[in-house]
Amino acid sequence: MTELNSDVIEGKKTMTAAEDAKKVEMRRKAVNMDLVPNKLEDEEICMEAKDFRLYYGEKRALHNINMVIPKKRVTAFIGPSGCGKSTLLRSFNRMNDLVDICRTEGEILFDNNNIFHRTVDVTDLRRRVGMVFQKPNPFPKSIYENVAYGLRIQGINKKRVLDERVEWALKGAALWEEVKDRLHENALGMSGGQQQRLVIARTIAVEPEVLLLDEPCSALDPISTLKVEELIHELKDRYTIVIVTHNMQQAARVSDYTAFMYLGDLIEYKDTDTLFTNPSQKQTEDYITGRYG
Amino acid sequence: MNSVKQWFRKGDPWVWLNGGAVAISMVMVIGLLLLVGYRGLSHFWPHTIIQGTYTDADNQPYTVIGEISDEEWVAASRVRDSGKDIPDDVKVVKRMLIKTGNRDVTGLDFRWLVADNLTDVTEPEDVMMVERREWGNFYGYLVAMKENGQVVASGDAALAELEKRLERALDLFDQIHDIETKQIGAINYQVERLRLKEKRLDLEGNLTPAAKEELAQDRAILDQEYAVLKAELDALNVEIGRDSMVARTMNDVEKEIPLKLVVQYKQPNKMGFFTKVADYFHQLWLFLSDDPREANTEGGVFPAIFGTVMMVILMSVIVTPFGVVAAVYLREYAKQGPLTRTIRVAVNNLAGVPSIVYGVFGLGFFVYFLGGSLDALFYPEAAPSPVFGTPGLMWASITLALLTLPVVIVATEEGLTRIPKSLREGSLALGATKLETITKVILPMSSPAMMTGLILAIARAAGEVAPLMLVGVVKLAPTLPLDGNFPYLHLERKFMHLGFHIYDVGFQSPNVEAARPLVYATAALLVVVIVVLNLTAIMIRNRLREKYRALET
Repeated sequence: MTELNSDVIEGKKTMTAAEDAKKVEMRRKAVNMDLVPNKLEDEEICMEAKDFRLYYGEKRALHNINMVIPKKRVTAFIGPSGCGKSTLLRSFNRMNDLVDICRTEGEILFDNNNIFHRTVDVTDLRRRVGMVFQKPNPFPKSIYENVAYGLRIQGINKKRVLDERVEWALKGAALWEEVKDRLHENALGMSGGQQQRLVIARTIAVEPEVLLLDEPCSALDPISTLKVEELIHELKDRYTIVIVTHNMQQAARVSDYTAFMYLGDLIEYKDTDTLFTNPSQKQTEDYITGRYG
Repeated sequence: MNSVKQWFRKGDPWVWLNGGAVAISMVMVIGLLLLVGYRGLSHFWPHTIIQGTYTDADNQPYTVIGEISDEEWVAASRVRDSGKDIPDDVKVVKRMLIKTGNRDVTGLDFRWLVADNLTDVTEPEDVMMVERREWGNFYGYLVAMKENGQVVASGDAALAELEKRLERALDLFDQIHDIETKQIGAINYQVERLRLKEKRLDLEGNLTPAAKEELAQDRAILDQEYAVLKAELDALNVEIGRDSMVARTMNDVEKEIPLKLVVQYKQPNKMGFFTKVADYFHQLWLFLSDDPREANTEGGVFPAIFGTVMMVILMSVIVTPFGVVAAVYLREYAKQGPLTRTIRVAVNNLAGVPSIVYGVFGLGFFVYFLGGSLDALFYPEAAPSPVFGTPGLMWASITLALLTLPVVIVATEEGLTRIPKSLREGSLALGATKLETITKVILPMSSPAMMTGLILAIARAAGEVAPLMLVGVVKLAPTLPLDGNFPYLHLERKFMHLGFHIYDVGFQSPNVEAARPLVYATAALLVVVIVVLNLTAIMIRNRLREKYRALET
C-alpha cells in the first residue's frame, strides 16, 4: 500500500520535476557559496540523544543512538521499514510510554534536561514537542473545536482568545482561506489533505517548539502532499521540525539534514545534500540508489 | 442422484433453510403482535347490545340483554353433558358468551348460551349500557330521572335530563376526588410528618415544652384546614347524592342507580360509525389515563404505566454511570491480564443469572439489609413501621440496574475498543492527560455504544416482572411515587407495573371473563411502552452516531 502510494506520488512528481531540479540546483549553489551554514556542528542544538537505547520487551529496537536535532531546521529520518525511525521519533515526546512493554536507557536532552527524568511532566513535554501522525486523525468535532482542543486543555476558554488563536493556527497551516466559512462544520467532512493540515494547525495552536511529523504524507494524494511540503517549508522558520518519511525525494526536497537508519542503528547523519550526493557509508548508498529493498 | 448431490453442493438447501427460519420467526412475531393488538384494542369498540328470548329446558323462557363478547363451536355431546337439551342429530353447536352485566340484580354478569336457543334477536335502539363504579356494567332501559327521590322526568324526556345531570354529577365527583386525594391527602401527609417530628424530638430528648407548643400549633392549623375541607366535602357529597336514574333490567326489575356511581352511559345501537370511532378513542383514553377500579378489572391502568416508565427511567439513571465507569476502568485503566479476563467473563455470566435470583438478592440485601440499616440510622422515629426497609421503587430500580449492569458494561467496552488508537494518540500528543483524553474524546465518541447498552438494558428491564414482585411492585398502589407533597419524588413508595398488572388481572382476578380483554389490552400497552422507550433511546443513539461518526478504518 505504502509502495503504491509512493509510486503514485513519484508519478505525480514528474510534473513538477523541473521545478524540483531548479530548487535542488539553487540549494547546491547556496551550499557552494556557503550561504547556508549546513554543518551540523555549527547549528544551535534543540534536542540531543545520548547513548539512547530502546527495548520492546527483550528485543532491542534502538542501539546507542547519538544525535543532535538542530533548532529551526528540518531533519528527516529515512530508512527501510522496521529500522526504528518512527520509534526514535516517538521517543522525542515519549509517545512510546503508551506501549506497556517499552523501556529506555540513556537520555534525550531537551533544553539540556533529560526528558526521561521522573520529574518531567510528560503532558508539558508533549505540548512543547508536538506530533503529527501518519494518518490524519482529527477528532470528530468541528474544525474550530479541533484546533481549540489543545488550548482548552491548557485552560484557555475565553472566546476572544480562542478565536484569535484558532485563526492564527489555521493561517499558519495554510488552511484558513479554505475553511474560514465552515469553521463549525465537522472536521471529518474535509479531504484527507485538509485533515492533515488541520492536524498540523491543531498542533501548532498550542505553540510547540518542536514538530514531529511521522510520515505525514503517506496517506495523502500528490497534490495534498505538495501542500503539506510547502507548509513544512514555511513552518521551519518558527519550529524545529523532525520528519520521518519513506519517500527519499521528499526527504531531499524538504529537509536540511537527513539521518539514515538501518536495523535500529543510526548509520549516517549529515546535511541532506551531502548525504544524497556523496554518502560515506556503503549501506546509505545502497539504500538511496535503490539497491536495497 | 447426481443432480440432488449437486443441488446440495450448490448450497440451495441452506438458503431455503435460512429463509425458512427467518420466515417462521417473522410470522411468529407478527402473529403475536396481531393477536395481542387485535384482542386488546377491540375491547374498546362500542359493541352492539342485543336483546333476545332464551329458551331452555330447565327454565322458563326469559329475555336476555347484553353484548356478545365471544362465540365458539363446541361438540354437542359436551353441551348435552352439561344438561342442555340438544337434538340427537346435531354434532356441533354454537355457543355465545353474552355479557349481561347487572351483577347486583342477577348475580352473574357473563353467561354461555346455546345460539340456537336464542330467538327473536333484535338490536333495540334505546337500550342502554351504564358503566358504574360498583357492580360492573348495567344493561337496560332508562325509565325515569329522580331528584331527591322525586321523579322529575320520565319517558323520552329522561334521556336529556340524564345527560345534563350526569355532567353535573361527574363534575362534582372530580371535585370530591380532588379534595379527597390531593388536599386531604396532603394534610394527612403533613400530620404524619408532624407525628414523626415529635417522635424524633422525643427520641433525641429535645421535646421541650416550647417545641411541643409549636407542634400543637401546627397541628391546630392543619386540623382547622381539615375541618374546612371536611365541611366542603360533606356538602359536595350531599350534592352529588341528589340525583338518581331509574332503569329497567332484562327481567323487568326497576333499579335505581344513584348518579354518583355512574361513570358513563351510552346507547351503542343508536351510534353511527363516526360516533363509534370517537367513543372508541375516548374509551382508549380513559383506559390510559384512569385509575383502576373493582380489583383492577375495570377502569384504567395509568398508575401502572406511570410506575413502569418511572422505574425504567430511574433504572437507566442508575445503571448508565455505573456501567460506563466500570467499563472505562476495565478497558482503559486496568492492566489487561488473567484477572481482568476473569472479571470480564464473570460480568458476562452475570447477564445469564435468572432474574428471580436478582429479586431474592434485592430483597435480602437491598431491602432488608441496606433498607433496614437506613431506617435504623435515619428514620428511628418511624419505627416499628419501615421507611426504606420495605420493598419500594428505589430498591426495584436498583435491583433492575444490577440485573442490566452487565449489558451496559459489555456494550460500553465494545465501544471503547472500537475507538481508533490514532485518536487517543492525537489527544495525548497535544498535551492532554489520560483523564482529559477519556472525558473529552473517548467517552463522547463511545456514547453511541453506551446508548446501545442502555437500549438493551431498557428492553430487558421493562419486561421484567419476577424480581419486581419481591422488591416493590404491588397490585394496587394508593399513591403515585411522584406527587405534589415535598419531596415530590417518593422513592420508598410501592408502585404498580404493567407486567405485574397483566399477571394480577389475568390470574388473580375474581372476574375472569371481565378481565380477559384487559389482559390483552395491557399486554399490547406494555409492548407499546417498551417500543416507545426503545425508540427514544434508538433515536438518541442515531443522532449521536451521526455526530461522532468515527474515522473509517
